[in-house]
Amino acid sequence: MALLQIAEPGESAVPHEHKLAAGIDLGTTNSLVAAVRSGVAETLPDEEGRHLLPSVVRYTPEGVVVGEAARAAAAEDPHNTIASVKRLIGRGVEDLKTLGDRLPYEFVDTDSVVPRIKTVAGPVSAVEVSAEILKVLATRAEKTLGGPLTGVVITVPAYFDDAQRQATKDAAKLAGLHVFRLLNEPTAAAVAYGLDREAEGVHAVYDLGGGTFDVSILRLNKGVFEVMATGGDSALGGDDFDRAIAEWVMQQAGIGNEASPNLLRSLMDKARTAKEALAQRDAVEIEVALPDGRHWQGQLDRATMNRLIEPLIRKTISACRRTLRDAGVRPEEIEDVVMVGGSTRTLRVRELVGEFFATEPLVDIDPDKVVAIGAALQADVLAGNKPEDEMLLLDVIPLSLGIETMGGLVEKIIPRNTTIPVARAQEFTTFKDGQTAMAIHVVQGERELVADNRSLARFELRGIPPMVAGAARIRVTFSVDADGLLHVEAEELSQGVKASVEVKPSYGLTDEEIAGMLESSIEHAGEDMAARRLTEQRVEAARVVEALQSALAGDADELLDAAERRIVEQALQDLQQTAENATDSETIKRAIEQLEKSCEFYVERRMNSNIRKAMAGHKVDEFE
Amino acid sequence: MIDLSRNYFELFGLPVGYTLDPAALAGRYRELQRVVHPDRFASAPEQERRLALQRATLVNEAFETLRDPLRRAQYLLTLHGLDSTQETATTRDAEFLMEQMELREALASAAEAEDPGARLDELMRDIRKMIDAQVAQLAVLFEEATPESLEVAREAVSKMQFLNKLYNEAEAREAELEESL
Ligand SMILES: Nc1ncnc2c1ncn2[C@@H]1O[C@H](COP(=O)(O)OP(=O)(O)OP(=O)(O)O)[C@@H](O)[C@H]1O
Ligand SMILES: [Mg+2]
Repeated sequence: MALLQIAEPGESAVPHEHKLAAGIDLGTTNSLVAAVRSGVAETLPDEEGRHLLPSVVRYTPEGVVVGEAARAAAAEDPHNTIASVKRLIGRGVEDLKTLGDRLPYEFVDTDSVVPRIKTVAGPVSAVEVSAEILKVLATRAEKTLGGPLTGVVITVPAYFDDAQRQATKDAAKLAGLHVFRLLNEPTAAAVAYGLDREAEGVHAVYDLGGGTFDVSILRLNKGVFEVMATGGDSALGGDDFDRAIAEWVMQQAGIGNEASPNLLRSLMDKARTAKEALAQRDAVEIEVALPDGRHWQGQLDRATMNRLIEPLIRKTISACRRTLRDAGVRPEEIEDVVMVGGSTRTLRVRELVGEFFATEPLVDIDPDKVVAIGAALQADVLAGNKPEDEMLLLDVIPLSLGIETMGGLVEKIIPRNTTIPVARAQEFTTFKDGQTAMAIHVVQGERELVADNRSLARFELRGIPPMVAGAARIRVTFSVDADGLLHVEAEELSQGVKASVEVKPSYGLTDEEIAGMLESSIEHAGEDMAARRLTEQRVEAARVVEALQSALAGDADELLDAAERRIVEQALQDLQQTAENATDSETIKRAIEQLEKSCEFYVERRMNSNIRKAMAGHKVDEFE
Repeated sequence: MIDLSRNYFELFGLPVGYTLDPAALAGRYRELQRVVHPDRFASAPEQERRLALQRATLVNEAFETLRDPLRRAQYLLTLHGLDSTQETATTRDAEFLMEQMELREALASAAEAEDPGARLDELMRDIRKMIDAQVAQLAVLFEEATPESLEVAREAVSKMQFLNKLYNEAEAREAELEESL
């Protein structure tokens, strides 16, 4: 059925100028940027023609180096060269105990819950390191496309929890980027494939990268990508293959655990080179310089490697099985399996995945680029360049959200694989007479005990009127937006006391920390923050004006009477004038709010009218 | 102004009733999301983005409610002014409760069966059939929609809660079994 012609939001009557937008795959090992140019989505190379940017950042007294040059220096300068930072993003000091055992960095003691790595340029957080990578990619895109980006889509593993998503968004903020959307990597890959093939039916995306494993089950239907279930492991990938191989080498060569960071790093590099070569060859030679000056030399054949990594691959297959069960789909029902991520080049991975799904996996789009290409396609749509485009992505939350109840147990409020955006509320009560405050602990995960899940945030609801135990009614509302980010509000209902709290993840940087970093970053040093904010508000005002004008041109006759129309036009005029004359951002901001208030009825009416129009084409029994 | 949250059926342009065509529901759902999803407003002003988020959230909630036979029945009872969402299901049907107990025991001892997987499959099929029977009955009851039939519907909803719980347990056991392979 063709949709009725509906004026798209923000769409002006005049043809659109092409808005510049990019998709960024911020990977553990490599990162890429892609954009749609002349209707084709492609990854953008740097000046030397390289598309992949190694996700490695090196801090030197002279400045920051990102990419190949940083990676090349990793062995000689391991403390100041940060690789695989994605494994740390959104993680707390506590997590380092499990993650940090083999990380060659030194962490500084800090009051913040966010760990800081010690470098010659001072302590840096994973968010700042990621921001450096984003800046390089954004600059590359702006140079190639010839202008500033209006926004970007950044991909994250579907299995990323709230803290990891929030931290990724913070990194973009630090890099000065406007994020249209955080997009799940497997969904991005499906977009890249789906549009090319017009595929319909149920599909699986198997994404094994350097540090993360994701699997998603999607249903494709007339341009709508509906994620049915998603699963995986946010700490499993090709790095673990390397580690298994490196440990084997250590065993063979008699290297103990006291090996220096440099030796460890070089062993990991050798393991990785060997592994990658074994995608083509049956056996490779490995040579290691030992601390005592001797050399060890040995051979690794494919069969031995397969034996070393097979338990890891089996772990991914188990996750596939779980995810299929969540989706309510049997392996045979999957039409295609899309392979994503560098580690799917390992032949044994392809074999075992093919066996499990009983189908030959799809590998035609370069597994390194497919995610970035999907992100670019989505960015192009979100920038408003394709108003008539029918593509729509409906994603889910990967992990259940809940709160702590008595006895350290979790009460789930939103189960995993619920389609977003979503809002759910649950009521709780006080358990003591006269209780005036209530601690709320937000957790994410599937386990029954709070201690086994990820702690997202803690906050306290104060000002509950004193009542007998059980009389207060506290409603906790969880809402998850289209980026998969959580907002929690708590409210006491019986006495109408409203105390709502916006939650920041426990492992996130505070707003003040981010503001501090922004202001101290070199790009903004010397820049007048007030002038910057003024410009930003002017842009927002222009956006509001343009959207309203095009709305009026489209449906004012149908939806507004003369008096209402005058109200809207007056508000429009007022805002235009204020935006032009104001010398500070606050004034414009207030004027926008003023307009929003007086035009709220119109915005609502338009939305409702669009909904009705979408449904009006149907007769009640049309499908029977 | 009409309040779209008043009635999920109206929102989807569907007649109020228990029997509905899942394909039609899913199709309308996709069409609605095409209109209200925040992605359609990524470049729109803040206010429209907020409203889109609200509407898309509502459409998702409505879809989840209408698509699930149990939640749909509970929702219809609410529309008829009856509450059916109490936490713990109750029923006075002794025969039904007896049957539940037997099923529960069968589930608990499935692990000792010769082929536990097959035994679980069999039990899950049985429970599924019982759920389907409740669904069929509910269709008739909501069609009649007399005070008496709605009271019976409430009872059927309670039974369905029991059965769903049982089914979920069976699924969890099956998952455990698969993991242990
Ligand atoms: N030929 C190959 N054979 C086997 N593995 C390979 C090959 N080429 C690359 N890899 C592995 O792919 C991994 C990197 O994959 P990719 O670039 O997709 O990860 P990423 O996107 O950076 O990480 P993630 O998706 O986990 O965030 C590394 O572990 C690398 O060793
Ligand atoms: Mg990747």
